Amino acid sequence: MSDKELWPEGVQRCSLKLFIAWLAVVFAVLVWGVYAAYVVWSGGLIVTGMDNYFAFGLYIIFDLGVIALGAGAFFSGLLYYLVRVEGLKNIINLAVIIGFICYSGALLILTLEVGQPLRAWFGFWHPNVHSMLTEVIFCITCYMLVLTIEFIPIILENRKLNKIKFLHHMAHNFHVIMPLFAGVGAFLSFFHQGSLGGMYGVLFSRPYAFREGFFIWPWTFFLFILSAVASGPGFTMLVATLMEKMTGRKLVDFSVKALMGKISGTMLAIYLVFKYLDTWAWATGILPRSGLTFSEVFYGVAYGKWLLFSELVVFGLFPAVLLLYSKTRNTPWILYSACTMVGIGVIINRYVQTAQTLAHPIMPFDRWYVYVPTWAEWAPSLAVIAYGALILSLAYRYLPVFPQERKLNQA
Amino acid sequence: MVLYLKEFKIKWGMVIDLDRCTGCGACMVACQAENNIAPPVDASNKRYSMTWLLVYQLSNKQPYPNHDVAYMPRPCLQCGKPNCVPVCPVIATDKNQEGGIVSQVNARCIGCRYCMAACPYHARYFNWQDPVWPEGMEKTLTPDVSTRPRGVVEKCLFCHHRYMYARDKARIEGRDPNALNEGDYIPACVEMCPTGAMVFGDLQNPEHKVHKLSKSPYAFRLLERLNTKPQVYYYSKREWVRKQGDNYLEHETVGGV
Repeated sequence: MSDKELWPEGVQRCSLKLFIAWLAVVFAVLVWGVYAAYVVWSGGLIVTGMDNYFAFGLYIIFDLGVIALGAGAFFSGLLYYLVRVEGLKNIINLAVIIGFICYSGALLILTLEVGQPLRAWFGFWHPNVHSMLTEVIFCITCYMLVLTIEFIPIILENRKLNKIKFLHHMAHNFHVIMPLFAGVGAFLSFFHQGSLGGMYGVLFSRPYAFREGFFIWPWTFFLFILSAVASGPGFTMLVATLMEKMTGRKLVDFSVKALMGKISGTMLAIYLVFKYLDTWAWATGILPRSGLTFSEVFYGVAYGKWLLFSELVVFGLFPAVLLLYSKTRNTPWILYSACTMVGIGVIINRYVQTAQTLAHPIMPFDRWYVYVPTWAEWAPSLAVIAYGALILSLAYRYLPVFPQERKLNQA
Repeated sequence: MVLYLKEFKIKWGMVIDLDRCTGCGACMVACQAENNIAPPVDASNKRYSMTWLLVYQLSNKQPYPNHDVAYMPRPCLQCGKPNCVPVCPVIATDKNQEGGIVSQVNARCIGCRYCMAACPYHARYFNWQDPVWPEGMEKTLTPDVSTRPRGVVEKCLFCHHRYMYARDKARIEGRDPNALNEGDYIPACVEMCPTGAMVFGDLQNPEHKVHKLSKSPYAFRLLERLNTKPQVYYYSKREWVRKQGDNYLEHETVGGV
């Protein structure tokens, strides 16, 4: 039994048995996550580690993390379709699929996060135009539709499907209008990446997160966009590399990877300039105005100063230098390590913006609490990763995701 | 983002004398009973409690014999500039009715908890579990206060239903419902306070006691400098108590006296 006829032309894939065995592992994690979702829906959010102090927890941190890492889709699309950076042609399909996975995964988690999931549509029906969350709800949903539209032509290019004349033409026409969707996607993604940051920046009664504004947007709006576009391309490249390691085949030329690293490094450097300015303005302006000292907003290991140092230096400045300097960027293991560090840095940022903001006692007689997620939060998060592995596995096996694959593996 | 301060002709508010409060908790019990707050299934973790009004213990952190404590009842402070209102994506909470009480529409709330993240006073509570009342206790529920399902955020509303009663009563008696006398409308916690530490009325009305008390140099508001403009004032002649109403840096002096 073989599914060879469904593979893209001229490529090699593992046996169907091995593929099914791999999918069984993926499904096991997925089933665990689905069971956790059932427990959350039937038992309520009491089964999570969230409480009256920690209104947001791992679900939100995970959502913010994957959405930032999925930014490779919109930013690569913007650079390829609108700025015409031709080298990205060889990784753009993967970027779109990763974006689709990250956004759909985040939406799946959000259904668990809302206390009344059946009322989730109220966000569209009774929108509060002053709320950053309303902007997130609208933009994230619209961008999910755009990502779906961008994913469809890749599916239609499956060898068997493409033989159907109608689907062949449909895929072609989708490609023709893709620059339009890349533009719409970039616009939508720009706003909701920003609004996710804005959600925290407008909390004027939470000095850890509150920031001054530029028109109606607090600084965090722009910082979230910049940090997302800094980490997204690098993450896309890392996924391609991981797929290469797992399949034993070369999928993307190293020059493309180095280009993705260069984009990440450049955006990270721009981000860090503003992030350093923001941190300084926050420490010397917002905190003293709130009656707080720099030391007072850090606590223990879970919310220690080491997190800020790690975010800004170890997983910020250090990888930025490595990615900007061509010699280190063109050394594969340094490139991979630096992009991994950028990803870790952005996740630390999303963690502190969420957990530390809520943990920090604002009333002088209040106290710090530490948030610990439960299995009911880890399981769906891991299931989303498994869901991503499932989509990527199917896409790699049956769709022409990597245009360079045949050429790179000819020898 | 609109960080607006809405002005109202009537601004219901409270002044709580922390030098009188003994921390007895009668206000908490009254609040729970009046507002149909179900007894907790498991009260071992206070971070899941449903206490619209919570009494905090404050300490001057001095060793005996200089040690001193104060008790601070904290209802929803009905901020003049509430952070919870502009963040709500579905307008489940708003500050728009004459009286300046921050409302909460339970049937509209989607349970995103963004308002909880926004409130520095921890005055908003999430229904982590479906409310269950012991058999027979349903007979004690207040008929004009809706019960709330699991998955929505709720909070103190200054016993808003009592405000409605008072207005109706005034109409029936041929009085202006927008010019209630002092005492026509008071929340359950204020009514139940055995020491008279809680005073309620219209902060805008010079004839109401709260108006005068709120102007006292001994009056202060929680986290004044965050500019949320609460409609609940605290009162204490003890400086260390007033100082704990806000975060003060070493070189700063406390407001008031």
